[in-house]
Amino acid sequence: MIEIKNIIKTFGENTIVNNVSTTFDKGKTNLIIGQSGSGKTVLLKCLLGLHIPNSGEIIYDGVSNKKMNDNSKTLLRREMGMVFQGSALFDSMSVIENVMFPLTMLSNKNDEEIRQKAEIAIQRVELDKAHQKLPSELSGGMQKRVAIARAIVMNPKYLFCDEPNSGLDPRTSIIIDKLIQEITKEFNITTIINTHDMNSVMEIGEKILFLVDGEKEWEGSNKEIFKTNNQSISDFVYSSELLKKVRKFL
Amino acid sequence: MFYLSDIGKYFIMIKMSFFKPSKWKILKKLIFKEINDLIIESIPIVAILSFFIGAVISIQTAMNLSSPFLEKSLIGFATRQSVILEFAPTFMSIIMAGKVGSYITSSIGTMRVTEQIDALEVMGINPLNYLVFPKIIALLFYPFVITISMFVAIFGGFLAMTFAGVPSEAFISGIQMEFEPFHIIYAYIKTFLFAIILATVPSYHGFYMKGGALEVGRASTLSFVWTSIIIIVVNFIITQLLLS
Repeated sequence: MIEIKNIIKTFGENTIVNNVSTTFDKGKTNLIIGQSGSGKTVLLKCLLGLHIPNSGEIIYDGVSNKKMNDNSKTLLRREMGMVFQGSALFDSMSVIENVMFPLTMLSNKNDEEIRQKAEIAIQRVELDKAHQKLPSELSGGMQKRVAIARAIVMNPKYLFCDEPNSGLDPRTSIIIDKLIQEITKEFNITTIINTHDMNSVMEIGEKILFLVDGEKEWEGSNKEIFKTNNQSISDFVYSSELLKKVRKFL
Repeated sequence: MFYLSDIGKYFIMIKMSFFKPSKWKILKKLIFKEINDLIIESIPIVAILSFFIGAVISIQTAMNLSSPFLEKSLIGFATRQSVILEFAPTFMSIIMAGKVGSYITSSIGTMRVTEQIDALEVMGINPLNYLVFPKIIALLFYPFVITISMFVAIFGGFLAMTFAGVPSEAFISGIQMEFEPFHIIYAYIKTFLFAIILATVPSYHGFYMKGGALEVGRASTLSFVWTSIIIIVVNFIITQLLLS
């Protein structure tokens, strides 16, 4: 579980995240949604430790970031898995090498054990036949799967995904969303996904945080989001013509 | 102020590249890869350029020593001095700033743009140690490249003069004439400093670049410009300190 309290992050005179507090539950797919520029990625990077908030507190399973020294922050990062928007796979490495990479760098296991663990992770994302391929030889969906395999290979306690289905077709998007949700349940991890994809909201949004201009506007679940009276979130959710038509049937 | 903060960031980057080291097994692999990419693969171009420039230096020297009162051995002497003191260490380093420097900037810059550096940070890996440190170590072998450049350039000069009809004994005695061993030390001190500049300035431009694919190209150009300027300025300072 990750709890954030009054997080503020500014760049120069621009306040990107403004006084946001919430709790991201363990074993659930927690979504941060909002328009482009609403502060989703900055908030996610604060949670990852890539940005340091100007004020506020982030509590990882009861341990506050304020009480952590550099060493414990490094150890915490090793409990985090991240799926980047563009997958961020290492170009010069094959699929298996990409997945083995965190274990090779950070664990004390021997080569055989590392390979076995990586193969299990690759099997989990159903990419058994792509072991030796380079990232450039894979489709967008396959690259995302490799990124997920690399993120889970260290058995993380926290999984972060930055727009995991951007650039993917709707069917592949749903497959990736479902895969993330299954992994979240299977490993009982705290998963936080940044998205503005309404399919993801409907499919896997067990806990949703809605940001507007860096501020928390609404939070709830995918069951509640379609019934809320909050005008901002209704405008966001029903922004497409298709969903406006769907709304009439709800 | 802008440049001052850049200078500070540059030295912090160098310091950080020695901290939180990756496993030696991994670093060893990376260092050998960088030695291959930065040193071994540079040898052919360095050899070709050195050969012809050495030849041109001796031809131009011969042209300017047309007086019958001047010994032909002076051509060998002038070629040796030009090559060892200036051409091999300094001008070869500027050429290497184009070859090696732009490779370093664009490879690290592309990793920045595609979030691969962020991925390393999230994993708890020090990206500066993983990316910059092996390049610094690999470029410590750079004096080896410059040694090849010196030999090939003088050999190029020798062949050019042999074809031009200058007696080979005269050229060889010129090469040996008034040999000052300190000039070699001076050349290698310069080379060592240029190696550090070649590894770190392009890494800085790649690592801290912002933007997309277009900016990778811009960063490579900027990296070449700054690496060349810094090499020339350091060359002046070292020459003032050691030779004046």
